[in-house]
Amino acid sequence: MNTQAFPFAGTTLTALPSGALSLPAEELLCVSDLHLGKSDRIARRQGLMLPPFDTEATLDRLDADLAATGARTVICLGDSFDDPAAADSLKEDNLTRLLQLQAGRHWIWIAGNHDPAPLNLGGTHLAAFHIGPITFRHAATPTTDYEVSGHYHPKLALPGAGSARPCFVFDDRRLILPAYGTYTGGLHGTDPALRSLFAPRAFAILTGRKTILAPLPLARPDRAPPVPLRRAMRD
Amino acid sequence: MTAFPPTFSDWFARRGWTIHPHQSAMLARADDPALLLIAPTGGGKTLAGFLPTLLELADGAHKGLHTLYVSPLKALAADIRRNLTTPVTEMALPIRVEDRTGDTSYTQKRRQRADPPHILLTTPESLALLVSYEDAPRMFAGLSRVIIDEIHALAESKRGDQLMLALSRLQTLAPGLRRVGLSATVEDPAAIARLLARNPDPCAILHADPGPEPDISMMVTDERPPWAGGGAKYAIPAVLDEVRCHKTTLIFHNTRAQAEIFFHNLWLANDDSLPIGIHHGSLSREQREAVEAAMVAGQLKAIVCTGSLDLGIDWGDVDLVIQVGAPKNVKRLIQRIGRANHRYNAPSKALLVPANRFEVVECVAALEAARAHDLDGDPRGAGPRDVLCQHILITACAGPFSADALYGEVRSVGAYATLTRPAFDACLDFCATGGYGLRAYDRWRRLQQRPDGLWQLRDPRAAQRIRMNIGTIQNTDLVKVRFRGSGMPLGEIEEDFAATLTPGDTFLIGGQIVRYESLREMTVEVSRAPGKTPKIATFMGTKFATSTQLSSRILRMFQQDSWPELPAHTASWLSLQRQVSKLPEADRILIESFPDEGRDYTCFYSFAGRNAQQTLGLLLTQRMETLGLQPLGFVATDYATLVWGLVPLTDPAPLFDATDLRAGFETWLKGNAVMKRTFRASATIAGLIEKNLPAARKSGRQATFSSDILYDTLTKYDPDHLILQITREEAMRGLVDFGRIEELISRTRGRIDHIRLNRVTPLAAPMFLEMGRVPIAGEARERLAESAAARLLAEAGLAGL
Repeated sequence: MNTQAFPFAGTTLTALPSGALSLPAEELLCVSDLHLGKSDRIARRQGLMLPPFDTEATLDRLDADLAATGARTVICLGDSFDDPAAADSLKEDNLTRLLQLQAGRHWIWIAGNHDPAPLNLGGTHLAAFHIGPITFRHAATPTTDYEVSGHYHPKLALPGAGSARPCFVFDDRRLILPAYGTYTGGLHGTDPALRSLFAPRAFAILTGRKTILAPLPLARPDRAPPVPLRRAMRD
Repeated sequence: MTAFPPTFSDWFARRGWTIHPHQSAMLARADDPALLLIAPTGGGKTLAGFLPTLLELADGAHKGLHTLYVSPLKALAADIRRNLTTPVTEMALPIRVEDRTGDTSYTQKRRQRADPPHILLTTPESLALLVSYEDAPRMFAGLSRVIIDEIHALAESKRGDQLMLALSRLQTLAPGLRRVGLSATVEDPAAIARLLARNPDPCAILHADPGPEPDISMMVTDERPPWAGGGAKYAIPAVLDEVRCHKTTLIFHNTRAQAEIFFHNLWLANDDSLPIGIHHGSLSREQREAVEAAMVAGQLKAIVCTGSLDLGIDWGDVDLVIQVGAPKNVKRLIQRIGRANHRYNAPSKALLVPANRFEVVECVAALEAARAHDLDGDPRGAGPRDVLCQHILITACAGPFSADALYGEVRSVGAYATLTRPAFDACLDFCATGGYGLRAYDRWRRLQQRPDGLWQLRDPRAAQRIRMNIGTIQNTDLVKVRFRGSGMPLGEIEEDFAATLTPGDTFLIGGQIVRYESLREMTVEVSRAPGKTPKIATFMGTKFATSTQLSSRILRMFQQDSWPELPAHTASWLSLQRQVSKLPEADRILIESFPDEGRDYTCFYSFAGRNAQQTLGLLLTQRMETLGLQPLGFVATDYATLVWGLVPLTDPAPLFDATDLRAGFETWLKGNAVMKRTFRASATIAGLIEKNLPAARKSGRQATFSSDILYDTLTKYDPDHLILQITREEAMRGLVDFGRIEELISRTRGRIDHIRLNRVTPLAAPMFLEMGRVPIAGEARERLAESAAARLLAEAGLAGL
């Protein structure tokens, strides 16, 4: 697997091309914004019947990442389910699949804005989790150092190299993970809402076929994605 | 025959008109269930269509809607309303005529549904919307005639399929409905007739006098056309001379970008400041209307334009049509030529301007085809199923329906006459459940069956969303261009093009060079930037492929012993090619290989049209990669594909193995960007994804992103899904055009002439100058991204992280 190791909070973290974060020293895998059950929620709320394979596809990738890294602890950084109803209406086979992935692993559900309440599923339910100096929570708080979060669904395009891809964004103090869920949109890495959380010297690691490390450009309000995009990401 | 009452004969007499033979023929057959009139532009076609209606309505007895007129253009509907008002007012007929398009006000539209006019003029999309309302049965109950104008244009697209499906509904609501089609000259009138009539009703075809033969020739200039490119800049002085000595000239181009560049160059050379305007589909409505108004007022000497003027308002004063660039299709050429001298019985005058040396051959071939009345056109396949899916949803919006009855209606549409019941049921199932088999949403269906067996929307509120997404026209994602400050709209450019711009970049739009300032809320703000060389706007504009018929004609020309009909410079070019290599033949593939500057080049002359040659380039390089030939890139034109790589090609035969090519096509299709775009179009038409949302329009970029993910997910988890089947079907034509590669393989059957030379050949040389070189995809893209990232890291002094 083509991965990208990088230093953070005195340890080495590894970005996987799937968008998962591995802490090899802790045998830990962290994924954010799974949005399981999204197609179900869209069918329920909008009457659109998108291919109902997103949960399966997300769990397939998670399964592969767990097998490849041998992680014993899993942190889901919030918005693991598209909404509480989506968690309740998880299809039988997907639920079984999830339980199989949980078996023998320490599983931590961090609360997100889509799934704020504890879920009716095994594992530990927390608002935040700490390992050494690192804090894991759903949405970044400007005052916390060494914080790993999700929520923003960052993405970035490199000049002349096709459309934007989901990406990790980090500087010395903060790391934001891309959305891991199959049906998720993204917020451009140069959007002021996201860019302002980082120091001028910050990096992005693009995901996709391979991970690609690049500097994070400075905020470009002129190139900010249109409003509906941000709305789509929030709801 | 309907009697011609004195009111009408007096009116004709007052205007000094006599009724045309085809107009009386139309009257005589007014009771036919379907009738097709083929007439040149300006032949009194519209009046021929409306005369029976005016006669039937003259006594004032009919209440409600009598005649529906459908045209592909909003502007045409408004124009016809004005034209009809003249006879209605002058003969004091008790007839109300109104138009209804996307531009009609909300109150007017509401009133029209409550109290419809006698004659309603509309577009296919507005009609589909009307059919979706619960009150459609009341509104259309008394409908007696429908007139479809420019049916030849609608017949080429899904808009026509949607229209005919809507008519099948109307036919049920108004069983006596008679259909009339008005068409320009086409290669296969019977095909249009089958499309128009209710299957299996007969449909008589009436031909109006086609008028005198057009006067077409190729413009020969002292300056020789260049070897490649599409600008035709060399011809500008000659074109200006022609403009000067004619009243009004239309200068047609094949693409919007070419029109912009030509217009720009024309003005640089326009020392007399001749009033010349520009008109194409990317310009703002305000801009286009200003040009149209100036045209109607006779203030313009010439208009540089594109297909946006193929149809539409009758401009009597045009006395010359200039086609810049080879006409890729003879039928379109004839229709464009018809834009000159709309007055009946005046010959149309047209000049073809080849943009490069190969186009000289193409132009001469097109001229011969036009003189021989040898029109081209590819038969359309069965009715597209994505349009059917949308029709099922539209039907559900109007109220509960029976699947059996709807199937019967759909089969009465010519294009869907062979639709099987299982195929129909698959579309219905897709609309109802998403069509994912066992994986279907059980709780959140879109349509559900009532105990009495009728189908209806599960949630009636869904109707609003379905209505908002009616239509089959797929615009690429466009952003508006406005002047910063004044906010004056200039037009639209593709979002992808806008994304490549950085502040300070300049591009051409509406004949002006503008400077990119910023992109705010889906609007590009620009300022004036006179006197700079622009970075060219890559408008989408359709890239037409040369038709199969025209390609064969060119291949036949190649086999002549000499070419007296060609200018000397072009004839000697072909002779030289014959001397050093050979000229391509219709039933063989000519392949030339030669080295140049350390690369090995191979040129495949397969004459399959630009889109198929492009696809062939992708497939061949993929095969070459597998065979270890290390291809680096390729470029495609309408007649050939030039590939370059590191390893010389010795045996091309394995490259053309039909089975391998087809298998490669399947694999290649899965990850192809064109396929993803095709998928997005079909998924949007079929209602799998929505283009328009009640609150705000989803941004195009976001839609691109998510529909690509949907495509990848479906390909992986449900490869036989209906929408993927439709996507593959679409890929056989259109941008992928694999159908013509199949045609090429069966035409040549492995007969390959491979000629190895030590230098580039005359016929291949222009290929070196072609734009649009394609680097080999796959790993190359990763390499590009990685090197871009490395460069950025280095520039930022971060390389050692």
